[in-house]
Amino acid sequence: MSDAAKQGRFDTIRVGDALPERRFKPDNVQSMLYNAVLWNGHRIHFDEPYAKEVEGYPGLVIAGPLLGDWLNQCVEEWLGEDGRLASIEYSNRIATYIGETLYSAGVVTACRAETAEVELDVVIRNEAGEVVAPGRAVARFHRS
Amino acid sequence: MNELLSEELLSAIGRTAPPCRELVTRRDIRKYAIATGNRQRKYLDGDQAPPMFHVALFWDVVELDQLSPDGVSIDRLLPKFPLEKAMAGGLLIEYHRDIFPGDWLTANRTLTDIYQKNGRSGPLIFYEVVMDVVNDDGDLVIREKTTRILR
Repeated sequence: MSDAAKQGRFDTIRVGDALPERRFKPDNVQSMLYNAVLWNGHRIHFDEPYAKEVEGYPGLVIAGPLLGDWLNQCVEEWLGEDGRLASIEYSNRIATYIGETLYSAGVVTACRAETAEVELDVVIRNEAGEVVAPGRAVARFHRS
Repeated sequence: MNELLSEELLSAIGRTAPPCRELVTRRDIRKYAIATGNRQRKYLDGDQAPPMFHVALFWDVVELDQLSPDGVSIDRLLPKFPLEKAMAGGLLIEYHRDIFPGDWLTANRTLTDIYQKNGRSGPLIFYEVVMDVVNDDGDLVIREKTTRILR
Protein backbone atom coordinates (compact mmCIF):
# COMPACT_ATOMS: atom_id res chain seq x y z
CA MET A 1 0.00 0.00 0.00
CA SER A 2 1.37 3.42 -0.88
CA ASP A 3 1.90 6.15 1.69
CA ALA A 4 -0.86 8.15 0.06
CA ALA A 5 -3.36 5.33 0.53
CA LYS A 6 -2.34 4.81 4.15
CA GLN A 7 -2.70 8.42 5.24
CA GLY A 8 -5.55 9.36 2.92
CA ARG A 9 -5.24 11.37 -0.25
CA PHE A 10 -6.26 14.65 1.37
CA ASP A 11 -3.21 14.61 3.62
CA THR A 12 -0.93 14.47 0.59
CA ILE A 13 -2.41 17.60 -1.04
CA ARG A 14 -0.47 20.86 -0.70
CA VAL A 15 -1.23 24.44 -1.64
CA GLY A 16 0.43 25.06 -4.97
CA ASP A 17 -0.11 21.53 -6.29
CA ALA A 18 -0.86 21.71 -10.00
CA LEU A 19 -3.67 19.76 -11.65
CA PRO A 20 -2.80 17.93 -14.88
CA GLU A 21 -3.23 20.10 -17.94
CA ARG A 22 -5.42 18.96 -20.78
CA ARG A 23 -5.64 20.06 -24.41
CA PHE A 24 -8.96 20.57 -26.19
CA LYS A 25 -9.54 21.10 -29.89
CA PRO A 26 -13.29 20.85 -30.52
CA ASP A 27 -14.36 20.47 -34.14
CA ASN A 28 -17.67 21.15 -35.89
CA VAL A 29 -18.95 17.67 -35.09
CA GLN A 30 -18.33 17.89 -31.37
CA SER A 31 -19.78 21.41 -31.27
CA MET A 32 -22.90 20.30 -33.15
CA LEU A 33 -23.41 17.29 -30.91
CA TYR A 34 -22.95 19.38 -27.76
CA ASN A 35 -25.46 22.03 -28.83
CA ALA A 36 -27.89 19.35 -30.02
CA VAL A 37 -27.73 17.63 -26.62
CA LEU A 38 -28.67 20.95 -25.03
CA TRP A 39 -31.30 21.85 -27.68
CA ASN A 40 -29.31 25.03 -28.29
CA GLY A 41 -30.22 26.34 -31.73
CA HIS A 42 -28.18 29.56 -31.58
CA ARG A 43 -26.82 30.01 -35.10
CA ILE A 44 -23.44 31.38 -33.95
CA HIS A 45 -22.51 27.79 -33.06
CA PHE A 46 -23.19 26.13 -36.44
CA ASP A 47 -24.06 28.71 -39.14
CA GLU A 48 -20.71 30.21 -40.13
CA PRO A 49 -22.00 32.86 -42.60
CA TYR A 50 -24.50 34.02 -39.95
CA ALA A 51 -21.88 34.09 -37.20
CA LYS A 52 -19.52 36.18 -39.35
CA GLU A 53 -21.84 38.41 -41.35
CA VAL A 54 -24.67 39.07 -38.91
CA GLU A 55 -23.04 38.83 -35.50
CA GLY A 56 -19.53 39.84 -36.57
CA TYR A 57 -17.63 36.90 -35.09
CA PRO A 58 -14.47 35.63 -36.83
CA GLY A 59 -15.81 32.06 -36.86
CA LEU A 60 -18.11 29.57 -35.19
CA VAL A 61 -18.34 30.27 -31.47
CA ILE A 62 -17.63 27.48 -28.98
CA ALA A 63 -20.55 27.40 -26.53
CA GLY A 64 -19.65 28.98 -23.20
CA PRO A 65 -20.95 26.16 -20.96
CA LEU A 66 -18.76 23.64 -22.84
CA LEU A 67 -15.70 25.46 -21.51
CA GLY A 68 -17.31 25.41 -18.09
CA ASP A 69 -17.78 21.66 -18.38
CA TRP A 70 -14.06 21.25 -19.13
CA LEU A 71 -13.24 23.08 -15.90
CA ASN A 72 -15.43 20.55 -14.04
CA GLN A 73 -13.62 17.71 -15.82
CA CYS A 74 -10.24 19.22 -14.94
CA VAL A 75 -11.11 18.98 -11.23
CA GLU A 76 -12.88 15.61 -11.41
CA GLU A 77 -10.08 13.84 -13.30
CA TRP A 78 -7.62 15.02 -10.65
CA LEU A 79 -9.96 14.00 -7.82
CA GLY A 80 -10.73 10.52 -9.13
CA GLU A 81 -12.77 8.53 -6.63
CA ASP A 82 -11.05 10.18 -3.63
CA GLY A 83 -13.68 12.87 -3.18
CA ARG A 84 -16.41 14.84 -4.90
CA LEU A 85 -16.74 18.23 -6.48
CA ALA A 86 -18.73 20.39 -4.05
CA SER A 87 -18.99 23.62 -6.04
CA ILE A 88 -17.55 25.46 -9.00
CA GLU A 89 -17.89 28.96 -10.38
CA TYR A 90 -16.55 30.26 -13.65
CA SER A 91 -17.06 32.98 -16.19
CA ASN A 92 -16.59 33.20 -19.94
CA ARG A 93 -14.29 36.18 -20.50
CA ILE A 94 -13.13 35.85 -24.11
CA ALA A 95 -15.04 34.14 -26.94
CA THR A 96 -13.37 31.10 -28.49
CA TYR A 97 -13.85 29.65 -31.96
CA ILE A 98 -13.83 26.28 -33.67
CA GLY A 99 -10.27 25.67 -34.87
CA GLU A 100 -8.64 27.05 -31.73
CA THR A 101 -6.72 24.81 -29.34
CA LEU A 102 -7.57 25.38 -25.67
CA TYR A 103 -5.89 24.18 -22.48
CA SER A 104 -7.32 23.50 -19.03
CA ALA A 105 -5.22 23.81 -15.89
CA GLY A 106 -5.63 24.24 -12.17
CA VAL A 107 -3.82 24.78 -8.90
CA VAL A 108 -4.63 24.13 -5.24
CA THR A 109 -5.09 27.44 -3.41
CA ALA A 110 -6.21 26.26 0.06
CA CYS A 111 -6.58 23.10 2.13
CA ARG A 112 -9.10 22.99 4.99
CA ALA A 113 -8.28 20.06 7.25
CA GLU A 114 -11.42 20.36 9.42
CA THR A 115 -13.68 19.64 6.44
CA ALA A 116 -11.15 17.80 4.21
CA GLU A 117 -11.89 20.42 1.56
CA VAL A 118 -9.56 21.80 -1.05
CA GLU A 119 -10.01 25.09 -2.91
CA LEU A 120 -8.74 25.30 -6.46
CA ASP A 121 -8.25 27.91 -9.13
CA VAL A 122 -9.03 26.48 -12.55
CA VAL A 123 -8.66 28.03 -15.96
CA ILE A 124 -9.09 27.56 -19.69
CA ARG A 125 -6.44 29.36 -21.78
CA ASN A 126 -6.18 29.83 -25.52
CA GLU A 127 -3.08 29.32 -27.67
CA ALA A 128 -1.91 32.87 -26.93
CA GLY A 129 -2.00 32.01 -23.23
CA GLU A 130 -4.93 34.35 -22.56
CA VAL A 131 -7.38 33.36 -19.84
CA VAL A 132 -10.66 32.73 -21.66
CA ALA A 133 -12.55 31.09 -18.76
CA PRO A 134 -11.33 31.46 -15.16
CA GLY A 135 -12.96 29.60 -12.32
CA ARG A 136 -12.77 28.50 -8.70
CA ALA A 137 -13.81 25.15 -7.30
CA VAL A 138 -14.19 23.41 -3.96
CA ALA A 139 -13.57 19.65 -3.71
CA ARG A 140 -14.39 17.61 -0.62
CA PHE A 141 -12.31 14.50 0.04
CA HIS A 142 -13.79 11.33 1.51
CA ARG A 143 -12.58 10.62 5.04
CA SER A 144 -10.23 7.64 4.97
CA MET B 1 -25.65 54.60 -13.39
CA ASN B 2 -28.95 52.74 -13.61
CA GLU B 3 -30.50 54.89 -16.33
CA LEU B 4 -31.34 51.85 -18.49
CA LEU B 5 -33.27 50.12 -15.72
CA SER B 6 -36.86 51.34 -15.26
CA GLU B 7 -38.91 50.68 -12.15
CA GLU B 8 -41.05 48.34 -14.23
CA LEU B 9 -37.98 46.37 -15.34
CA LEU B 10 -36.65 46.11 -11.79
CA SER B 11 -40.05 44.93 -10.57
CA ALA B 12 -39.40 41.67 -12.45
CA ILE B 13 -36.83 40.73 -9.79
CA GLY B 14 -38.27 37.85 -7.78
CA ARG B 15 -40.30 36.44 -10.67
CA THR B 16 -40.34 32.62 -10.88
CA ALA B 17 -40.71 30.26 -13.83
CA PRO B 18 -43.11 27.30 -13.81
CA PRO B 19 -41.34 24.24 -12.32
CA CYS B 20 -39.82 21.90 -14.90
CA ARG B 21 -39.75 18.17 -14.06
CA GLU B 22 -37.56 15.84 -16.14
CA LEU B 23 -36.45 12.21 -16.12
CA VAL B 24 -32.72 11.43 -16.19
CA THR B 25 -31.97 8.68 -18.71
CA ARG B 26 -28.83 6.67 -19.39
CA ARG B 27 -29.00 7.62 -23.06
CA ASP B 28 -29.07 11.37 -22.35
CA ILE B 29 -26.19 11.04 -19.90
CA ARG B 30 -24.14 9.14 -22.47
CA LYS B 31 -24.80 11.73 -25.17
CA TYR B 32 -23.83 14.55 -22.84
CA ALA B 33 -20.67 12.82 -21.65
CA ILE B 34 -19.53 12.01 -25.18
CA ALA B 35 -20.29 15.48 -26.58
CA THR B 36 -18.30 17.15 -23.80
CA GLY B 37 -15.27 14.90 -24.32
CA ASN B 38 -15.60 13.32 -20.89
CA ARG B 39 -13.06 10.51 -20.26
CA GLN B 40 -14.58 8.83 -17.20
CA ARG B 41 -16.20 5.45 -17.83
CA LYS B 42 -19.05 5.87 -15.32
CA TYR B 43 -20.26 8.89 -17.27
CA LEU B 44 -19.59 7.55 -20.78
CA ASP B 45 -21.56 4.42 -19.85
CA GLY B 46 -24.38 6.48 -18.37
CA ASP B 47 -24.11 4.96 -14.88
CA GLN B 48 -24.03 8.43 -13.29
CA ALA B 49 -24.56 11.96 -14.59
CA PRO B 50 -21.43 14.13 -14.82
CA PRO B 51 -21.30 17.64 -13.36
CA MET B 52 -23.19 20.15 -15.50
CA PHE B 53 -25.45 17.45 -16.99
CA HIS B 54 -28.32 19.46 -15.48
CA VAL B 55 -27.53 22.26 -17.95
CA ALA B 56 -28.64 19.96 -20.77
CA LEU B 57 -31.49 18.39 -18.78
CA PHE B 58 -33.14 21.73 -18.12
CA TRP B 59 -32.30 23.69 -21.30
CA ASP B 60 -35.68 24.85 -22.53
CA VAL B 61 -37.15 22.48 -25.14
CA VAL B 62 -39.12 24.88 -27.32
CA GLU B 63 -40.95 24.37 -30.58
CA LEU B 64 -39.45 25.67 -33.81
CA ASP B 65 -41.85 28.59 -34.16
CA GLN B 66 -40.86 29.78 -30.70
CA LEU B 67 -37.22 30.26 -31.70
CA SER B 68 -36.11 33.74 -32.76
CA PRO B 69 -34.43 34.12 -36.20
CA ASP B 70 -31.00 33.71 -34.59
CA GLY B 71 -32.09 30.33 -33.26
CA VAL B 72 -32.43 31.37 -29.63
CA SER B 73 -35.39 30.48 -27.44
CA ILE B 74 -37.08 33.31 -25.62
CA ASP B 75 -36.81 32.88 -21.87
CA ARG B 76 -40.22 33.92 -20.56
CA LEU B 77 -38.81 34.36 -17.07
CA LEU B 78 -37.02 37.47 -18.33
CA PRO B 79 -38.49 40.93 -18.93
CA LYS B 80 -37.75 42.80 -22.16
CA PHE B 81 -34.37 44.45 -21.65
CA PRO B 82 -33.28 47.69 -23.39
CA LEU B 83 -30.07 45.90 -24.44
CA GLU B 84 -30.45 42.63 -26.30
CA LYS B 85 -27.10 41.28 -27.48
CA ALA B 86 -26.34 38.40 -25.11
CA MET B 87 -22.78 37.67 -24.06
CA ALA B 88 -21.99 34.44 -22.25
CA GLY B 89 -21.84 35.16 -18.53
CA GLY B 90 -20.85 32.96 -15.67
CA LEU B 91 -22.16 30.16 -13.52
CA LEU B 92 -21.90 29.25 -9.86
CA ILE B 93 -22.93 25.66 -9.21
CA GLU B 94 -23.24 23.84 -5.88
CA TYR B 95 -23.38 20.05 -6.18
CA HIS B 96 -25.31 18.64 -3.23
CA ARG B 97 -26.25 15.14 -4.45
CA ASP B 98 -25.16 12.84 -7.26
CA ILE B 99 -27.53 12.20 -10.17
CA PHE B 100 -28.30 8.74 -11.58
CA PRO B 101 -30.39 7.38 -14.45
CA GLY B 102 -34.00 6.96 -13.35
CA ASP B 103 -33.97 10.08 -11.15
CA TRP B 104 -36.85 12.51 -11.61
CA LEU B 105 -35.60 16.04 -11.03
CA THR B 106 -37.48 19.32 -10.83
CA ALA B 107 -35.94 22.71 -11.59
CA ASN B 108 -37.32 25.88 -10.02
CA ARG B 109 -35.95 29.09 -11.54
CA THR B 110 -36.10 32.58 -10.02
CA LEU B 111 -34.93 35.88 -11.50
CA THR B 112 -32.98 37.15 -8.50
CA ASP B 113 -31.26 40.35 -9.69
CA ILE B 114 -30.94 42.92 -12.47
CA TYR B 115 -28.22 45.59 -12.45
CA GLN B 116 -26.26 47.84 -14.77
CA LYS B 117 -22.53 48.46 -15.14
CA ASN B 118 -20.87 50.85 -17.55
CA GLY B 119 -18.00 49.19 -19.39
CA ARG B 120 -15.40 50.64 -21.72
CA SER B 121 -17.55 49.91 -24.76
CA GLY B 122 -20.79 51.22 -23.24
CA PRO B 123 -23.44 50.17 -20.74
CA LEU B 124 -23.96 46.53 -19.81
CA ILE B 125 -26.99 44.98 -18.14
CA PHE B 126 -26.42 42.01 -15.85
CA TYR B 127 -29.12 39.67 -14.64
CA GLU B 128 -29.00 36.69 -12.30
CA VAL B 129 -31.17 33.59 -12.33
CA VAL B 130 -31.04 31.01 -9.55
CA MET B 131 -32.11 27.47 -10.42
CA ASP B 132 -32.74 25.00 -7.60
CA VAL B 133 -32.84 21.37 -8.72
CA VAL B 134 -34.63 19.05 -6.29
CA ASN B 135 -35.48 15.35 -6.33
CA ASP B 136 -38.94 13.89 -5.70
CA ASP B 137 -38.18 13.73 -1.96
CA GLY B 138 -37.63 17.48 -2.00
CA ASP B 139 -33.87 17.22 -1.36
CA LEU B 140 -31.73 19.92 -2.95
CA VAL B 141 -29.57 18.26 -5.64
CA ILE B 142 -28.03 21.28 -7.35
CA ARG B 143 -28.17 25.04 -6.86
CA GLU B 144 -27.02 27.06 -9.83
CA LYS B 145 -26.72 30.82 -10.20
CA THR B 146 -26.37 32.10 -13.75
CA THR B 147 -25.16 35.61 -14.46
CA ARG B 148 -25.76 36.84 -18.01
CA ILE B 149 -24.52 40.02 -19.60
CA LEU B 150 -26.35 42.04 -22.26
CA ARG B 151 -24.74 44.73 -24.40
